[in-house]
Amino acid sequence: MLSRESSVTLMSAVTAFLNREARLQDEHQYEAWERLWTDDGVYWVPANGANIDPEREMSIIYDNRSRIALRVRQLMTGKHFTQTPQSNLRRLVSNIELMDEQPGGDIAVASNSLIFESSLRDDTLWAARNEYRLRHVDGELRMAYKKVVLVNNDKAIYTLSFLV
Amino acid sequence: MNVVRRMAQWNELIRPDRIHGSLYTDRSIFEAELQNIWYRTWVYVGHESEVPKANDYVVKSIGPQSVIMTRDEQGKINLLLNRCSHRGNQVCSYERGNARSFTCPFHSWTFANDGRLVGYAFPDGYEGQDRAELALGRVTRVESYRGFVFGSFAADGPTLKEHLGGAAETIDRLVRTSPEGEVEITAGFLKHRVKANWKFILENECDGYHPAFVHTSIFGVADSMIGKLYGGASTALTRDYGNGHTEIDLRPEFRKRDLPMSWFGTSEERLPDYAARMKAAYGDTAARQIMIDGTPHVMIFPNLFIAEIQMFVIQPLGVDDSVQHVTALQFKGAPDLNRRLRQQTMGSVGPAGFLLADDSEMYERCHRGVLARNPEWVFLGRGEKRERRDELGFKVGHVTDEVPSRGIWAHYRKLMEAA
Repeated sequence: MLSRESSVTLMSAVTAFLNREARLQDEHQYEAWERLWTDDGVYWVPANGANIDPEREMSIIYDNRSRIALRVRQLMTGKHFTQTPQSNLRRLVSNIELMDEQPGGDIAVASNSLIFESSLRDDTLWAARNEYRLRHVDGELRMAYKKVVLVNNDKAIYTLSFLV
Repeated sequence: MNVVRRMAQWNELIRPDRIHGSLYTDRSIFEAELQNIWYRTWVYVGHESEVPKANDYVVKSIGPQSVIMTRDEQGKINLLLNRCSHRGNQVCSYERGNARSFTCPFHSWTFANDGRLVGYAFPDGYEGQDRAELALGRVTRVESYRGFVFGSFAADGPTLKEHLGGAAETIDRLVRTSPEGEVEITAGFLKHRVKANWKFILENECDGYHPAFVHTSIFGVADSMIGKLYGGASTALTRDYGNGHTEIDLRPEFRKRDLPMSWFGTSEERLPDYAARMKAAYGDTAARQIMIDGTPHVMIFPNLFIAEIQMFVIQPLGVDDSVQHVTALQFKGAPDLNRRLRQQTMGSVGPAGFLLADDSEMYERCHRGVLARNPEWVFLGRGEKRERRDELGFKVGHVTDEVPSRGIWAHYRKLMEAA
């Protein structure tokens, strides 16, 4: 168990990290966002529930680190038409909690997010439960794992081409 | 212009090399399509492997209608309408499961999974009532082809085999990718909604003209071999099988490469277990040819698209509201291939897919675009002067030619005029 003081310090660092990630996503700073990942990062957006087996069943996104890089490179071309022009985005991140410690010392974090997207198609509201494993690398927090459980991931959803 | 009047004028809206933009946006035309296409012709509903055991069910659709595909105690596949025969409440609220019966939550009417009404609450109020006439509604005709289950609401008309016609061979080709000759649909579906008419999706599936442009962002960064298949120098073909079924035949390009599994961007060496099973099943020569040719890229009218590694099912919900249900194809007896199929499918399709996010953007922009009525027409004349017949008599053209769109619209016109 962390002492109360170190837990407050950690919470404050985690909150700052999540806020920063949210801003980089909202403002399409793809490369800066990519630098938040560890070398073994996994970015997972399941479909049809929160607890499917991504090795057996379809997920909306199930990226290993090289596929995260590919996703960013595609966005960087400026010819990924679904993001040309880019969606206008603002998201709220809340309900941040430190969860049980992970094996290997990763910091487990959970949050909720509510994202307003304005695109050529229309305005779309997205809501999600987010689970992270964060890790200190060279004195800074990095994401080793991010799972985004969209509230409506069992339904037919519109194109999700911004960084969620 | 009302629907009845328009029906006499399909020939004015659909010409050999162009079609009228209102065909995508007019609500009365959409309603007419439900009647004349979706509730009449053979429509793909589901795959037998989705209900492997007795009493399994899965909820599917025909257009906006919810259809429960069940396997009853006898092992027979039923397509039941998800609508209580009493007051219309939906009897099934889960996407899949195993159940001998469905009980309507409204007044507790209970139906067996073959559709029979087996009981209702307080039966003394129904003295003398014939229960047989109060069964669940069902899709009038149900037939399967190599595990793919289709339904038609028309009591008579062509058989499924007649409807598939020349395109049946593409499904034969598909199942031969499995060493056991069977496709399995077991990986769950991504459901991708677009604010566009369903026919933009239908036509795009065998449009070989767009990949070089719409998908340039991913071809450029992913070191993909796909781009070349759709280039000006490609020897791949577009094909019109008739009955609205269309294909992009990539085999000429894969045969030039002459490398097993090159169609899937891999090699025999990287899938040794699969290659060995294929040779054991089909013999060295035939297995090699299957592994060179790859799986088909075929759009079975109106809603089943087999796209080499995945399968899409198109569902129209409204004139500008459509859903693409997509999953990785899985081949029985090919676990190492299947894993890669799932990974590649997740990367490329669905709401966040490297390919489909851009295709869907085009569907939506086209839909908004054709609301402008000058010019009134969508021009489909590419390659009209150079199309020819293949050895089986089907129309073929260059991979970038609009042979498929012209074939789709010719069949569409026939169906709409027949009403």
